[in-house]
Amino acid sequence: MPPIPMGEPARPRREPILSVRNLETHFLLDEGVVRAVDGTSFDLFSKQTLGIVGESGCGKSVTARSILGIVESPGKVVGGEVMLRRDGAREMIDLAKLDPKGDRYRAIRGAEIALVFQEPMSSFSAYHTVGNQIIEAIRLHQPLTKKQARNKAIDLLHMVGVPKPDRRIDEYSFELSGGLRQRVMVAMALSSDPRILIADEPTTALDVTTQAQVLDLLRQLQDERDLAIILITHDMGVIAEMADDVVVMYLGKEVENGPVDDIFHNPKHPYTRSLLNSIPSILARPRSKLSTIEGSIPHPYARPPGCPFHPRCTVAIPGLCDSQTPRFLPMGDRQGVSCFLHHGPSGQSMPSGKDTGARHDAV
Amino acid sequence: MLAYIFRRLIFAAATTVAISVIAFVIIQLPPGDFVDAYIASISATGGQVSLAEAEGLRIQFGLDRPMYLQYFAWITGVVQGDFGFSVEWRRPVSEVIGDRLWMTVIISVFAILLSWGLALPIGIYSAVRQYSIGDYVFTFVGFFGLAVPNFLLALIILYFSFVLFGANVGGLFSAEYQLEPWSWGKVWDLAKHLPLPGLILAIGGTAQLIRIMRANLLDELRKPYVVTARAKGMRESRVILKYPVRAALNPFASTIGYLFPFVVSGSIIISLVLSLPTVGPLLLRSLVAQDMQLAGTIVLMLGVLTVIGTFISDLVLMWVDPRLRAGLDG
Repeated sequence: MPPIPMGEPARPRREPILSVRNLETHFLLDEGVVRAVDGTSFDLFSKQTLGIVGESGCGKSVTARSILGIVESPGKVVGGEVMLRRDGAREMIDLAKLDPKGDRYRAIRGAEIALVFQEPMSSFSAYHTVGNQIIEAIRLHQPLTKKQARNKAIDLLHMVGVPKPDRRIDEYSFELSGGLRQRVMVAMALSSDPRILIADEPTTALDVTTQAQVLDLLRQLQDERDLAIILITHDMGVIAEMADDVVVMYLGKEVENGPVDDIFHNPKHPYTRSLLNSIPSILARPRSKLSTIEGSIPHPYARPPGCPFHPRCTVAIPGLCDSQTPRFLPMGDRQGVSCFLHHGPSGQSMPSGKDTGARHDAV
Repeated sequence: MLAYIFRRLIFAAATTVAISVIAFVIIQLPPGDFVDAYIASISATGGQVSLAEAEGLRIQFGLDRPMYLQYFAWITGVVQGDFGFSVEWRRPVSEVIGDRLWMTVIISVFAILLSWGLALPIGIYSAVRQYSIGDYVFTFVGFFGLAVPNFLLALIILYFSFVLFGANVGGLFSAEYQLEPWSWGKVWDLAKHLPLPGLILAIGGTAQLIRIMRANLLDELRKPYVVTARAKGMRESRVILKYPVRAALNPFASTIGYLFPFVVSGSIIISLVLSLPTVGPLLLRSLVAQDMQLAGTIVLMLGVLTVIGTFISDLVLMWVDPRLRAGLDG
């Protein structure tokens, strides 16, 4: 962080509490290197919900694990910065430079950045009561006795809307319903009062009603606790409902970002448009075919040259998109996109970039 | 849950009765009976038994009665601690087995503990550091242990300890304690003799256990709850020991029942090679000599031990697996 110049009056500017810059996480396998996350950048502010969206296998979850420093071997954060502003601190620290197994990282993990993720069934150990697992999370970061931690755990369960928390605390995860399990998971994640909550597909395994309840709960907790939430999902509906800003990822690369309204109403990248087109609409004619994105995600070892999306892109420019990789560049004040439709190979603005929407429709 | 335990107990009792019948059938299997064998053993030493005497003996032992009455007579004796008479040793079966049973228990328990103590940490290491050099070394040693018959290993060790150190590693006691009554000195002597045969006995099982533990743990390490635990900020070693290792240990509870009989019957050849005073060689000799009361008793004991072991492992499993407990209550 550059120091604020002396002469200038310090104006209250919003500063990110987490700033990810050019994050690269690779899996070094015998068959080759899989670039699971390949240069992702975003800022996260307090009270903000940032949605990360993309198909399965595009690096969303690995991004989350990279931030927490829990990428499993043979995966490794090989480049970029994960700058975190610790509670009350002015300086930011680069988590990517800390030893992932070290004590400093462990003090942050769970305490300042917490994780909730899909499959609440298998996310709890079936051999320990949920209380045991919550109390453990509390005592890892807070100097409380077992009894105090237990009381706090009961309070947390109460807060997330678990009925009869003093009894539920001694139950096992398989004795709870899917919705309750995810609530307990949220309670455990919030046990040490983190400022950042990473929710990795938190509602994927739940039915629609329960999904809505869990999302409501997240929003309510965000308001009460000024939480910043990174919401990882493939569900554009969840994004529309929850997110303030959106990062769209494809094959480990960020292809577009911007405020949720702009992403939904003025998507720039063909991939974002395809994702939006594939949302089933209530207005669609009955029995009409659902729109899909042609093809499937390439095999990680066979990453296409040029823009990773070009083989599936309906508006790819032959000779350009299949040979050169577009850079990620700003579009206006708030959006950013990596696509040759908007930027030329040298980064200059493309004349056709202004109304690619029309062009897209014409194709 | 109590109902389940009760039901299990009844099954165990029924199985035990069935085993006793089979053991009795085994006793009766060889042609001729105990008196024929007795007469043969007397005449072998130059003695004479008249037909009348033989008849008298048959009546004395109840061999003229129908089969089921003989069974009841035998089982009544067994329940009261009278296991019959060993023709070969010319002593009551209980006396022949006597100390050997305890020696067997001691050496088996030692071998089992040793193989668990070695295999579990090695298995954990191999899984956590999969494909590391250490993993490959243990894998190699493990397959070596599985492939080499352990009696061969016992012979090799015997040979080298004799050639190199001039020491005889056979037996469980030094010569001076062999016939002594129990004393602290004798216990210490036993403790000194135990490790080597224990290790040889344990090696095959250890190799197998390492593979099982490694595979179990590798499965568990990929489960999401491990990520949850890491994300809490737990120390990595604590994460692994508290969650996946705990889950990987669960299947072992169900193997407790088979361990003891496996070690006893699997150790016969080693016990012969190392001249260990255990039940294994006794069983072998009794079968060769058609000493059927002794053989039947040993078969019965092994069977009953299996039943008890299985019952215990069911209880342990219920104790360690909350899902099982919930399933039984629900």
